[in-house]
Amino acid sequence: MLPIDEVVNLSRMQFAVTALYHFLFVPLTLGLSWILVIMEAVYVMTGSPIYKDMTRFWGKLFGINFAMGVATGITMEFQFGTNWSYYSHYVGDIFGAPLAIEGMAAFFLESTFVGLFFFGWDRLSKVQHFMVTVLVALGSSLSALWILIANGWMNNPVGAEFNFETMRMELVSMSDVIFNPVAQVKFVHTVAAGYVTASMFVLGISAFYLLRARDTAFALRSFAVAAGFGLAATLSVIVLGDESGYTAGEVNKVKLAAIEAEYETEPAPAGLTLFGLPNDKTEHTDYAVKIPYVLGLIGTRSIDTQVIGIRDLKKQNEVRIRNGMLAYAALVRLKSGDKSPAARAEFDKLKKDLGYGLLLKKYAPNVVDATSEQITSAVNDTIPKVAPMFWSFRGMVALGLLFLFIFSASFYFLIRKRLAPQRWLLRLALCSIPLPWIAAELGWIVAEYGRQPWTIAGILPTHLSASTLQVSNLYFSLFGFIGFYTFLLVVEMTLMVKYARRGPSSLHTGNYHWEQAEQLASQANPLSMPTPSPAR
Amino acid sequence: MSLDYETLKIIWWAFVGVLIIGFALTDGFDFGVGMMLPFVGKTDGERRVIINTIGPVWEGNQTWFITAGGATFAAWPLVYATAFSGFYIALMILLFSLFLRPVGFDYRSKVADPRWRNAWDWGLFVGGFVPPLICGVAFGNLLLGVPFHYDDSMRVEYTGSFFALLNPFGLLSGLLSVAMLLTHGATYLQVKTEGAIGQRVRHIAMAGALASLVLFVLGGLWVALGMDGYRIISMPDANSAFMPLAKTVSINAGAWMDNYARWPLTKLIPVVAIAALLLTIVLSAASKARLAFISSGVAVAGIILTAATSIFPFILPSSLDPRSSLTIWDAVSSQKTLTIMFWLVLFFLPIIILYTSWVYRVMRGKVTLKDIADNEHTAY
Repeated sequence: MLPIDEVVNLSRMQFAVTALYHFLFVPLTLGLSWILVIMEAVYVMTGSPIYKDMTRFWGKLFGINFAMGVATGITMEFQFGTNWSYYSHYVGDIFGAPLAIEGMAAFFLESTFVGLFFFGWDRLSKVQHFMVTVLVALGSSLSALWILIANGWMNNPVGAEFNFETMRMELVSMSDVIFNPVAQVKFVHTVAAGYVTASMFVLGISAFYLLRARDTAFALRSFAVAAGFGLAATLSVIVLGDESGYTAGEVNKVKLAAIEAEYETEPAPAGLTLFGLPNDKTEHTDYAVKIPYVLGLIGTRSIDTQVIGIRDLKKQNEVRIRNGMLAYAALVRLKSGDKSPAARAEFDKLKKDLGYGLLLKKYAPNVVDATSEQITSAVNDTIPKVAPMFWSFRGMVALGLLFLFIFSASFYFLIRKRLAPQRWLLRLALCSIPLPWIAAELGWIVAEYGRQPWTIAGILPTHLSASTLQVSNLYFSLFGFIGFYTFLLVVEMTLMVKYARRGPSSLHTGNYHWEQAEQLASQANPLSMPTPSPAR
Repeated sequence: MSLDYETLKIIWWAFVGVLIIGFALTDGFDFGVGMMLPFVGKTDGERRVIINTIGPVWEGNQTWFITAGGATFAAWPLVYATAFSGFYIALMILLFSLFLRPVGFDYRSKVADPRWRNAWDWGLFVGGFVPPLICGVAFGNLLLGVPFHYDDSMRVEYTGSFFALLNPFGLLSGLLSVAMLLTHGATYLQVKTEGAIGQRVRHIAMAGALASLVLFVLGGLWVALGMDGYRIISMPDANSAFMPLAKTVSINAGAWMDNYARWPLTKLIPVVAIAALLLTIVLSAASKARLAFISSGVAVAGIILTAATSIFPFILPSSLDPRSSLTIWDAVSSQKTLTIMFWLVLFFLPIIILYTSWVYRVMRGKVTLKDIADNEHTAY
């Protein structure tokens, strides 16, 4: 029995909620771990204690964030089994491997050494502790690599074939899966986005101390590390934008067309729509402002390859769905016991379109007897709604350009030693702290919403992937996640704000603003009791 | 070297077993410590001592669980899909209780308010008590069989409910799991603490080991005398690729004892488990902390292995449609995936064990009240 629509929709909602929540914490871990490496490297090389304080203070904030990353991450490892059991069976032979490797080769490294990062300061030599920090950073970036190899495969499922005996996809080439161009581009883009997020976080909080003119030596050095690292990261995020990956794989072509609201195929190289109001009904983008040639150049990295428009993609998909019906019929024949060479050859010839046939399951359970209206519905399903894709993408790009401006300006005024008077820039940096998170979440919406109606592009439709669960179970888990995560997020933010406000004084070295202020106060009035510091 | 499919299937049973036992041995004492926290720690200082015995290492320990999940997905996709969607509510409760640990450990000491700290202590208690209980209940239900079946597209349908898992044998297994990890946590604290805490946990270890012993023997008698087991009647060549529905399975009284009759040496496994529990009592009484810890570890491994040996080659028997039962022969990934993952495990597992041991070595020694006072602002 297939899961009912409500179960599929609730499962999708739950995956979206848990993944977006998890990704509130991942980018900061990815980036801040390397910022800690940079700071500690300077400490090891120069022996200057302020860099040790920087590593420890930003490390404290790293820890507050890391705990939530771990808490929300556990869910992700098990959720494919709980809510997407048919998916897990159908592609587990390929998809499970990168998740298992992530555990063994990356997450183990990260989580074993993160304890020593916090507790090993007095038990390790300087260089040993520095190596521990490097391993934590390496572990977290490697972790992203394996997860994005898994995710890249969902978008461009290479190196695998359907086996009718076991009714699932099976691995043909592990190296194709690992060196999947979509996965590689996604990895670089995603970790670089994490580096931007962490840089903006450090930049903004340091700007806050500079605006208040306290702990300036500490803040200025932190600001400098963030500005340099952030500038490099922003440049790579923009240059290595993952739109270039969208030419690989059939379904990514749909994404590209939807992002650009290109309903009609244009002669190459296509123009880039800067602004417009996409209208799915009329299949036309109203009030479009276009820059000639640019889309073709970015999207295809050539001047003579076409970016195919939505109308033509639909025509192609209809052909594939009709082929898919034949593939399904051939599969049924094989499953009913006719395993003659002719039956096998027939299926082998058609099986690349089997997934398109499965799109019809939603409308016609037997697939082979679908009417032409049902086929039209399935064809329409193959194109995601254009407006959310169009706007999410533009939001992400606009934010990326803003980050480039902030980091460039910060870097410029820093090396000209004229940062302090630029209070507008410091305020802008402070207010921009949440923006990289918004950009990252928009990026995931483009990538994952844009993959619909598939979980595995061209292979397995979303509505078949879900577990056959009871609706009440899903309400229990969905509200459980939302309630738990929101509660924990509020706690996390409260602590984060508390420690960020307190700044390096929270290290209790006695060298920073609040503690010195308290000391001065008690010297001025020897009868007063020492004020207990608010953060311990 | 290329391994044949049948050998790989057996090796992967062993690998998953190693990961699960690795999880129980390492994160197991974290759970045990969590359960005891509000009871054994009488003051905030004592509670911080207890928390900091596992603070630097618990995160790596939990990774055994994450990796066991990933490895099950990679090697036994049908088990991953069927068990987790079938035990849906139980797994959700498990996840929710696990959320409390990372945040509890890190956030507790960051606010001085006693109400805040007390609340997190109970959170850590839940994070220590609920997961072993649920894992044990799930394990017990594996022996009983679980109601699910597949259609011919291999879509699983599960007809049980959460409350059906809470049957007497399931609950007994759950309690056994709690008792054995409580014991393991208590022997760990004997090694890592001193003074009053060390004294209190000695008694807990002795009581826990005794309870584990009673529950284990009771459970064993139940399985041997009062429970139906599963037996494969026929199946395709173990060296070939096939799906669960291709075999036939019967349900017989006492079938879970088959393996002990076939391979008499396996009888040693429950014997070792029982001996190790007795030794844990003796060694705790004699204040031989390290040996008691090793002994409780052997007991944990022995208890898990006893259950695994009884149901071998089954992983997830189906009470609804016995031929849908998942076994190590038919719930597995392709030979190619098993081969590649085999080499990767062989490469990474020793490295993981090596650096984990190094971390434990760096963090060796007892945690004392003085340590907490000296590191008031950095300790958990």
